[in-house]
Amino acid sequence: MDAITLQILNGLDKGSAYALIALGLTLIFGTLGVVNFAHGALFMIGAFCAVTLNRLLTLSHQVVDETRTDFLGNPLKVDVPYMHDLFGEVTGAAIIDWSVPLAILFSIPVMIAVGVIMERGLIKHFYRRPHADQILVTFGLAIVLQEIIKQIFGANPIPTPAPDAFTGSFDFGVLLGFDPNAIIYPYWRLVYFAFAALIIGGVFAFLQFTTFGMVVRAGMADRETVGLLGINIDRRFTIMFGLAAAVAGLAGVMYAPINSPNYHMGMDFLVLSFVVVVVGGMGSLPGAVAAGFLLGILESFASMNEIKQILPGIDQIIIYLVAIIILLTRPRGLMGRKGVMED
Amino acid sequence: MFGLGKKDFTLFLIVAVLALFAPFILNPFPTDSGLAQFNAGYPDLMQRFVIFGILAIGFNILFGLTGYLSFGHAAFLGVGSYAAVWMFKLLSMNVIPAILLSMIVAGLFAVVIGYVSLRRSGIYFSILTLAFAQMSYNLAYSVLTPITNGETGLQITLDDPRVLGVSATADGGIPVTNLFGMEMRSFETLVLGPWEFQFSVGYYLAAIIMLISFYVAIRIFRSPFGMMLRAIKSNQNRLYYTGLNARPYTLAAFVISGMYAGLAGGLLACMDPLAGAERMQWTASGEVVLMTILGGAGTLIGPVLGAGFIKYFENIFSKINDQVVHGWVSFLPDGLEDLVVALIHPFVGKGWHLTLGLLFMLIVIFLPGGLVEGGQRIARRLRRKPAKDDAKSASTTPAE
Amino acid sequence: MSKTTLTRRGVLRTGAVAGAGVALPTIFTASSARAFTNAPTGGSVTLGFNVPQTGPYADEGADELRAYELAVEHLNGGGDGGMLNTFSSKALDGTGIMGKKVEYVTGDTQTKSDAARASAKSMIEKDGAIMITGGSSSGVAIAVQGLCQEAGVIFMAGLTHSNDTTGKDKKANGFRHFFNAYMSGAALAPVLAKMYGDDRKAYHLTADYTWGWTQEESIKAATEALGWETVNAVKTPLAQTDFSSYIAPVLNSGADVLVLNHYGGNMVNSLTNAVQFGLREKQVNGKNFEIVVPLYSRLMARGAGENVKGIFGSTNWHWSLQDAGSKAFVQSFGTKYGFPPSQAAHTCYVQTLLYADAVQRAGSFDPCAVGEALAGFEFDGLGNGPTLYRAEDHQCFKDVLVVKGKENPTSEFDLLEVVEVTPRAQVEYAPDHPMFAGGSLGACNPGA
Repeated sequence: MDAITLQILNGLDKGSAYALIALGLTLIFGTLGVVNFAHGALFMIGAFCAVTLNRLLTLSHQVVDETRTDFLGNPLKVDVPYMHDLFGEVTGAAIIDWSVPLAILFSIPVMIAVGVIMERGLIKHFYRRPHADQILVTFGLAIVLQEIIKQIFGANPIPTPAPDAFTGSFDFGVLLGFDPNAIIYPYWRLVYFAFAALIIGGVFAFLQFTTFGMVVRAGMADRETVGLLGINIDRRFTIMFGLAAAVAGLAGVMYAPINSPNYHMGMDFLVLSFVVVVVGGMGSLPGAVAAGFLLGILESFASMNEIKQILPGIDQIIIYLVAIIILLTRPRGLMGRKGVMED
Repeated sequence: MFGLGKKDFTLFLIVAVLALFAPFILNPFPTDSGLAQFNAGYPDLMQRFVIFGILAIGFNILFGLTGYLSFGHAAFLGVGSYAAVWMFKLLSMNVIPAILLSMIVAGLFAVVIGYVSLRRSGIYFSILTLAFAQMSYNLAYSVLTPITNGETGLQITLDDPRVLGVSATADGGIPVTNLFGMEMRSFETLVLGPWEFQFSVGYYLAAIIMLISFYVAIRIFRSPFGMMLRAIKSNQNRLYYTGLNARPYTLAAFVISGMYAGLAGGLLACMDPLAGAERMQWTASGEVVLMTILGGAGTLIGPVLGAGFIKYFENIFSKINDQVVHGWVSFLPDGLEDLVVALIHPFVGKGWHLTLGLLFMLIVIFLPGGLVEGGQRIARRLRRKPAKDDAKSASTTPAE
Repeated sequence: MSKTTLTRRGVLRTGAVAGAGVALPTIFTASSARAFTNAPTGGSVTLGFNVPQTGPYADEGADELRAYELAVEHLNGGGDGGMLNTFSSKALDGTGIMGKKVEYVTGDTQTKSDAARASAKSMIEKDGAIMITGGSSSGVAIAVQGLCQEAGVIFMAGLTHSNDTTGKDKKANGFRHFFNAYMSGAALAPVLAKMYGDDRKAYHLTADYTWGWTQEESIKAATEALGWETVNAVKTPLAQTDFSSYIAPVLNSGADVLVLNHYGGNMVNSLTNAVQFGLREKQVNGKNFEIVVPLYSRLMARGAGENVKGIFGSTNWHWSLQDAGSKAFVQSFGTKYGFPPSQAAHTCYVQTLLYADAVQRAGSFDPCAVGEALAGFEFDGLGNGPTLYRAEDHQCFKDVLVVKGKENPTSEFDLLEVVEVTPRAQVEYAPDHPMFAGGSLGACNPGA
């Protein structure tokens, strides 16, 4: 029982990353009708916002320490971050320690700017082009973005730890009445789950309860009519693109402590997130979120030993197998609408 | 001629001549010049050009005619390769049985995957094919290792049975893939002044098969069957309303296209007897899509151009390192030389992905019809025809 | 369209003229006593450096390339000569190889066996490379080794750790300096037993492909021989990035050691995840829970940050070694590039020197002669102590380093400390050891 609870927890955690990316992807698709293959790259740029802020905060000057030597036998140059000079060693270290949460604030304007520039500069010109062209141009953009990141930061993963307060793990099982040590879960992953829930809830509330969201939803349903009513729907859609980029970016920032960011992490998530979106049903926001969590949980279950012993290799294919089954039984995914992307 | 219209015959002739004289055309620079770096006329790359050309031609029969975008086409390529290598391991090193088996196995695979995937259309179809291909890749890499040899790739070894051939040659080596004794890897070198041209048996076999495939593709494009496929692309519903069931036609197109991919996979294995699982990865499937769209989807020659374009970058640009760039610009004063090298550096060698990505974007943005459209525009410039009525003819019948 | 056809026709006409030349018997054949592929003709010789330049191992590939460039510089008499001065064989004198200036071409393996072979083929067919070296994974190494055997050139493997490279997939034209999974197990197990006791229960997480399996097999065999028990061994998909669902059950399995048979990005993520789950702070069976990473890559370990502290593993070489060869290499690499070399850089540098030296001693570039010169060659001064290139399987036998993540690193390069230098005798095995059985070297192939 505890093993199953543990895997559900794992699944929710994995699912929250999938759901966040799929949510942004669906927002773009639903509003603008564009298949954005560069969405994984936005997630990756988000993670590198955290890396960048960490680098900025640890900008250092070198102090020569005569007592120690470096690998060539010269006196060792010790890096001292400017933060330590500015705020004193204790506060400076604390600010650096909290760089990932701080990166949330840093990344929102950056990601919105990236999103708006992308939409105005490139995607705008592709609204009337075939989906295949959209895929190709955004795929090209994704390659360019990740190669630029690679040229700046290198190909290796870059450690971006969570604040000390959130490292370590929490005996979650005790809360549910299990024995101590039965279900141990890292603090940061619990934070990630809560954060994802917050963002998802926020996006839905924004679309549901604000006038802006109402107009956007109306535009998603019938763009032309909304335009005829004298509403500048294009400007709102541009903002939605920025918002979707910010959602992907935030998902990336918070993901950085879970797995050290590298330049190809976006591509790793890209295919998966498309499967999630399609399984959820093209254009359906609740579908994308539900499919994200569903696939996350199923993936976690498939990795259990008991299941792998019966079906070897099942964890390698589970996501795709589920996608096939769902698409064959439900033609438009879990919550897809008729006629969207079927031609 | 050969049942082709005049225009098609001319096109076929051009392709045939280009393919047969590729060793000259692709080696325009003298061997010792600095520009020899850009020569592509060595056997391995020429083979890749035509083999990936076959793959793209086949993909275009499905995507260009029916509009069904398969995102799992690499699976057939991989399956074809595995089938061919197994043939080399078990039967003989002759390429004929290997090629036949690779087409048959890929065809069977395509029947199964197509039967299931074609129940859906649009992006749902794409994701279904993607899912099948990714499953094949993941399994081939791990639990199917006894069949596929996993990460290392399936290779021929000294202790394979090869019932119709020999396990090892007289001098203890692994036998070589051949066509009735003509070794695929053997080539002759022609030295003409400072130029060197290589003529490889493998390349010419692949080129001839490519021409046959190209011919078959033209016939399919022009046949009533091809017409039906175009009808499916333009309006499937209307077909249903006239009482026609489109499924058998799309399935046939899918299987044909899968067999083309299997043939390409089999040929890859004939030229170089190794089958790696990465051939089935989604990135490989994506590459086929890119080739076709880049060259010009729905046109006959476009996919071949696209395939050549991508393979050229992968093999030529990735090999340009700083040392080579320094060699080119060594005539400049030192400071300037370093500056130029620093400017070129991000785009060559390990940066070849960046250049490719940028070019994708430029082509898609400025040449919506792919490289074929680029060619048409240049042709139009040269002809100095009034642009207006040319644009009209281009939009009604994209040059094929 | 017709205009292009016209210009093409122009091209074709020249083509036809040239085509007439084909009939002329101007076919080039090498005139030496015994022909071999790409026999160098002019005043220079070309080596092919085939390393990953794109994909997850690009940084490792870049470091390999730096080492190759340094080796070429030293072979041609540039720089401070590096390990040429400490190498026990004195055949090389800084005038290139057999008086020919060393040149090189580079290519991108993309860490895919297909792409690696394409790149190696272009070096052999187009650039006339006489030797191919490099690579950062066993799949690529084995695939390229097979190609070099068929083409008739020498392959000097770069970073490849699978037993198969010099086991069931060994080839007469292929040589490996790097150590292997068996050696990791044999070196690591005694240290683990000493540090953690011989009554331990191990849980393996293994990357689900050939290298992962041989690694798991080797470590299991070595630790079980010392009394450890293997509770479970779970395969993880190569493409996995989040290992939480594999790590979460470990704590309740009764195991008290977690062995991560992962490399590169897999290792960084699985180790990071394992530490996140707080495994190292737990007590199981009355003992501290421990994590082991059998194959360390310092470059990649940086990605795991603080998490590597105190974690044991093995490595082929480390820049902090104090023998004359290592010091000379670190000195010249560090002076040129500003940071210490990785183990991948070291093995690539050494392989290049060993090849050049073998050619020089054999007096010929003929792969068969070079192969004979390398087989059974005993040498020293290249950073790993006295080393033997065993004739039976073309595997180098030398000391293996057991390392530990350093608690107080002084710089971003100072991640590992050497715990023990396991002597060569302890990691040796018979050529027909079951983990290496099957396959044979075959005959050397000079090609042409």
